[in-house]
Amino acid sequence: MASVEVKNISRSFGSFKALDNVSMYFEDGGFYALLGPSGSGKTTLLRMIAGFDYPDTGHIEMNGESVERVPLEKRNIGMVFQNYALFPNLSVFENVAFGLDVRGVAREETRNRVRKALELVQLGKLEDRKPHQLSGGQRQRVALARAIVINPRVLLLDEPLGALDKALRLDMQVELKRIQRETGITTVFVTHDQEEALTMADRIGLLKDGKLVEEGRPEEIYNRPKSLFAATFLGDANIFEGMSNERGITLASGETIAVAGEKPASGQTGCCAVRPERIRIVSGAQQELENVVEGRVERRLFAGNSTTLFVNHKERQIRVGVPNIGSLVPADGETVTLTWAAESTVPLARD
Amino acid sequence: MSKTTRFLSALGRGYVVLLLAFLYLPIFIMGLMSFNASPFYQLPMKWSTTWYEALSQDDRLVGAALNSLQIAIITTVIASILGTAASLAFFRYNFKGKKVLQTLLLPPIAIPWLITGTAMLVFFYGVGIGRGLHAILLGHVALALPYVIIVVNARLQTFAPELEEAARSLGASQWQITRRITLPYIAPGVIAGGLFAFAVSFDQFVVSYFLATPGQTTLPVEIYAAIRKGFTPEINAVSTIIIVISMALMLFTARFYKFGGNG
Repeated sequence: MASVEVKNISRSFGSFKALDNVSMYFEDGGFYALLGPSGSGKTTLLRMIAGFDYPDTGHIEMNGESVERVPLEKRNIGMVFQNYALFPNLSVFENVAFGLDVRGVAREETRNRVRKALELVQLGKLEDRKPHQLSGGQRQRVALARAIVINPRVLLLDEPLGALDKALRLDMQVELKRIQRETGITTVFVTHDQEEALTMADRIGLLKDGKLVEEGRPEEIYNRPKSLFAATFLGDANIFEGMSNERGITLASGETIAVAGEKPASGQTGCCAVRPERIRIVSGAQQELENVVEGRVERRLFAGNSTTLFVNHKERQIRVGVPNIGSLVPADGETVTLTWAAESTVPLARD
Repeated sequence: MSKTTRFLSALGRGYVVLLLAFLYLPIFIMGLMSFNASPFYQLPMKWSTTWYEALSQDDRLVGAALNSLQIAIITTVIASILGTAASLAFFRYNFKGKKVLQTLLLPPIAIPWLITGTAMLVFFYGVGIGRGLHAILLGHVALALPYVIIVVNARLQTFAPELEEAARSLGASQWQITRRITLPYIAPGVIAGGLFAFAVSFDQFVVSYFLATPGQTTLPVEIYAAIRKGFTPEINAVSTIIIVISMALMLFTARFYKFGGNG
């Protein structure tokens, strides 16, 4: 097991900059998500840590040792592919044993380690099956066991849950987290699904256009995003744009949105974000917070655990998340008073 | 089923029966006549294995048949190995001129063997290879190679490159990957390609005819020479043996490669 550090990595394909001066530290035993839309460079970064591709400039270190010129087969990493890439002609046991066989591990030891790995992923009884006789979730577990059994320095997963249906995906999220914690292997996975990144990872690296936009714990990056991109890509956000001053940001309509925390210098244009679930609907004697606006409910979107209200306020539409806790949800056309704390309003840097 | 569908389905079945009759009837009759004692195809047939006995006494035909078999087997082995290696190179590497090379593989299949044969004769004569069994073998390998490459290549199209990447990430060397992952996967393609090579060589007349020397020849060339001297039912006998071997090979291939139809 090892810590991994990428330092100032750049990689171009023709005129396309896949990675642009990216630096990130992956602590020994940590669970990391590389999150971003397609074309953001997240997979390129993963493939570079694995050794499928080499950076044009920059360094990759494992435990402080430079590895960027070490070929893939000598890097001792465990890789799980999006389509699992199980060897179709080999049984489950043989698939998992492959990495030990090519290392010349003795037969007895191989058998013990394969059995242990299959137990870890709860597939003990299926070792004689061929990959085509397995379900998607089982294939995923075999791929995981095959990658773990070689005691890799780092475990790399490319969109590990992308091919599974929703219910299975939730199960596997819990499973992956358990397996990662039990083995303690430094793990990096690539995903375009923000929910997956938030639930599984200890830390998230957010990428866009080949650049690392933000890096931090899921709570940090979700509650206090620093950039417009982080605010809108991770979950939903109401964005307000205007002139910055001591109180907050004054919109074109003349209203001022109270903002807590570090704001852009007074007199400059700035923007801020507030998550829909941080906005409350108040009526009568209920206490109002720093920000208060009135509006008319335009439409509602029921999503099971919550309802999103689209509230028209002057020229603007504000999205409000109302948790489904049995309270009455305002009807379409109803006038409502919205309120939220300055604490919940996050100042953002422009991209 | 409506009346029209029933009629059309009967029509379709009838068509297939006619087609198969057209293909197999001449062969069937030839096989039958190889067991007819009369050299003039007299009916009713008198069952006999005379012509097979005569064939076994015919050193020229038997010798040519053994030559053919030997050349076909060696051609199969060489063309399969070289062709598979070439397909893997096309699959794994990107190099300058790859597209051109791949495209150039197709025309030799379309060029008439008569022309290829003439060209080979002139070329082999010019560079000192000359004629004989070794020249025939060389020519057959060249003819068979494109078939092997195309068939193996088709199989490789369904092979996910991630499988080789996964094997590499697990620490396997290029040779271990090829032997344990890639070759087992493309084996049906290699076998099918090999059988194609065998068929191209074993059935080859034109190129062999150009490159053969009088004493050293292959079965199709010898049959042609025999027919020119006068047709004997011995030819029916040897043809029947060849057909049985060829059909067995093709059915074997079909099982491996699922040519047309499923299963």
